[in-house]
Amino acid sequence: MADPAVLKQLRETLRGLETGGFRRRPSLPFGIEALDSRLADGGLRLDALHEVAAGTSDMADDCAATLFLAGLAARAWGPVLWVVRRRDLFAPGLAQSGLDPKRLIYAEAKDDAELLAVMEEGLRHRGLGAVIGEAKRADMTATRRLQLAAEGGRTIALLMKRAAREGSDPISSPSAAVTRWRVTSAPSTPLPVEGVGRSRWKLELARQKGGEGFELIVEACDATGRCALPPVMAHRKAVAGGTAPRRAA
Amino acid sequence: MEGRRRQSPASPTPLHHRPAAGGPPPPDKLGEELYAPLVTTLRNGSRIEIAAACPAAQALGLRPGMAVTQARAQVRGLDVRPADPEGDLAALKRLAILAARRWSPVVALSDADGLFLDLSGTAHLFGGEAAMARHIVRLLARAGFTARIAIADTPGAAWALARHHGHCICPPGEQAAALAELATPALRIGEAAVELLKRLGIDRIGQLSALPRAPLVRRFGAATVLRLDQALGRIAEPLDPVIPPESIAVQQRFAEPIATAETIEHWLGELTPRLAAALEAEGLGVQALECVAERIDGVPQRIRIGLARPNRDPAHLLRLLRRRIEDVEPGYGIDAITLHVRRAALLGPEPVVERLDEEAAPDIATLVDTLATRIGLRAMWRMQPVESDVPERSEARGPVLDPPARPAQRGKRDDVRQLDRNPPLPPWHPGWPRPARLLRRPERLDHVIAELPDQPPRRFTWRGQPHRVIHADGPERIQGEWWKRDAERLSVRDYFRVEDEAGRRYWLFRAGDGERAATGDLSWYLHGVFG
Repeated sequence: MADPAVLKQLRETLRGLETGGFRRRPSLPFGIEALDSRLADGGLRLDALHEVAAGTSDMADDCAATLFLAGLAARAWGPVLWVVRRRDLFAPGLAQSGLDPKRLIYAEAKDDAELLAVMEEGLRHRGLGAVIGEAKRADMTATRRLQLAAEGGRTIALLMKRAAREGSDPISSPSAAVTRWRVTSAPSTPLPVEGVGRSRWKLELARQKGGEGFELIVEACDATGRCALPPVMAHRKAVAGGTAPRRAA
Repeated sequence: MEGRRRQSPASPTPLHHRPAAGGPPPPDKLGEELYAPLVTTLRNGSRIEIAAACPAAQALGLRPGMAVTQARAQVRGLDVRPADPEGDLAALKRLAILAARRWSPVVALSDADGLFLDLSGTAHLFGGEAAMARHIVRLLARAGFTARIAIADTPGAAWALARHHGHCICPPGEQAAALAELATPALRIGEAAVELLKRLGIDRIGQLSALPRAPLVRRFGAATVLRLDQALGRIAEPLDPVIPPESIAVQQRFAEPIATAETIEHWLGELTPRLAAALEAEGLGVQALECVAERIDGVPQRIRIGLARPNRDPAHLLRLLRRRIEDVEPGYGIDAITLHVRRAALLGPEPVVERLDEEAAPDIATLVDTLATRIGLRAMWRMQPVESDVPERSEARGPVLDPPARPAQRGKRDDVRQLDRNPPLPPWHPGWPRPARLLRRPERLDHVIAELPDQPPRRFTWRGQPHRVIHADGPERIQGEWWKRDAERLSVRDYFRVEDEAGRRYWLFRAGDGERAATGDLSWYLHGVFG
């Protein structure tokens, strides 16, 4: 009954209905086969809303999600609007993830409602490459509005969700986002010498429209905003020995 | 008196709000003690010359045209500032517009430091010519200008008397007698002509006007004779008046008061195209717009909108106004709606550069306007790099819409910098890792175990949570900026990038270099978090 060919055809029909007959939509591929092949659109759809959350409430994971967003925005085209709730983004750090300070416009919103409204204005303007917002509460209606505003344009909408309460999962609430990601920091690429290697993240695609979720360890964005798959380790022991005591200097 | 035009050039010297060149009043003693003698300088070829000197400086023998080096050698503690001819001209224009609004409808600029006022039919409003001249001098003195006023039948005569004679009111028809004793440069003729006249023994205007006309024209050309005729009133000299800008406004009155938001919106939709047409006729774009709705009870309701760039697109203006309609409280009804242009700037056609290799940058000015009406322009910014190694000072908030980058000026052909083909340097050093988020204030860490002098910590506690450090990079030593703040002369921060057992990366620093106590107290702080 569950013939894969039939299922695929049904999916395409559904997508055709949703998009008014257009099959191809602009998307932003990661350039990583293992990721792109598992995404329904071969990448992140440009005209849609995507949600990203930190895996834990620790600030390090929050920053991992921040840099993941910065890398996505860096690879999008044109100016980027970042709607913040607090002013702690550090432009030199974002620039090291490929997001040029000349492209980035900051806007500060007083509350979540204002933040979502500003994001919607940014999406409807059509002159931006990406709109990023950091919200605590964004319910189904709000995310649906953002998704509708994004449709038909080329502005990727990225919503960074923070936990509204300590310990709650920001991704679990219902939302109209096309993909929902969870980013957690992971131990960095081991180096043969002392020091911190390239950062790594545990990327978890919690939900996606028209596809399955998955989990993957990637290396963090480089100076052009591209993630990479970790190289196959020659010294597997060294990876496992991440908890081994540091050698005395 | 009929048809007579009487002009008066006031000669204010618009230099720094202090009496400057040409002011007859003696420098008062107090001023001399308070201010050093002031001169402004202008580059003339390879030589830097004095452009103007204040009375105190003139009393010390400094004259316009002297070399600044000589002046410095003569006078100790001389206050030398660069001259600003464009600024002076702009100030003179502002003064002219003020004069045109206040004293006389026809006001023209005369050289770089004078004004012609056509007093025909206005002097009696100020109590006669003498009273008016006193009044103008007094008002200008209050604004910091030293003025000299001459009133005569013709602009040429008034010019000559104001600049070469001083305060004077020439009775009607007497300009020939008044000018007779003045030197020939008072005729506004070129230096070459003055020199030529001098060689022929003609120093005074009286001598020149006594000569027979025909040989005069043959010998000196028409220009000299034209100036003489203009000064004596034989030939008319039209002035080129300064036209004071008028503010643009469009208004709609209603027979019946309106009260609903829909009606207001409808009429704003009618008014904005009219405003756009008025702006287009002037070649202007609006930067600040005020919509005044006049209520029946006389309480005006105002909506103010600002635009990031000059704009006159009616749809865009309407969109911005529409958002604010709920701020209008109609009360018992609105009688009239007026759109006032509060600030406008030139908005002409702009060249479109067609490029095949890159997309035109989208214009985000409209988005900035829209967002500014919602959250205010203060809540939007861009980060600009600042040349500083101290992390919290390495970025600064800048305006969202910076002026469009000017194309790099083409240097001289032999400019050495043209050999540099490298791309411009990145704003911050790309090699030193910087965190994604920086804490506003570094947070003190507890229970830090670290070896001195330059080892990263083994473990630390931040916000009550213990972390064990697995990997670390550092130290990156950042010295205090002693050239900015004296207190930082010795202070040192040693930054470490550390990773804990869960792979979380933090940016820590230790105050002090671990060797000298003066550099810091060896306490540990967390300053930023990497992703």
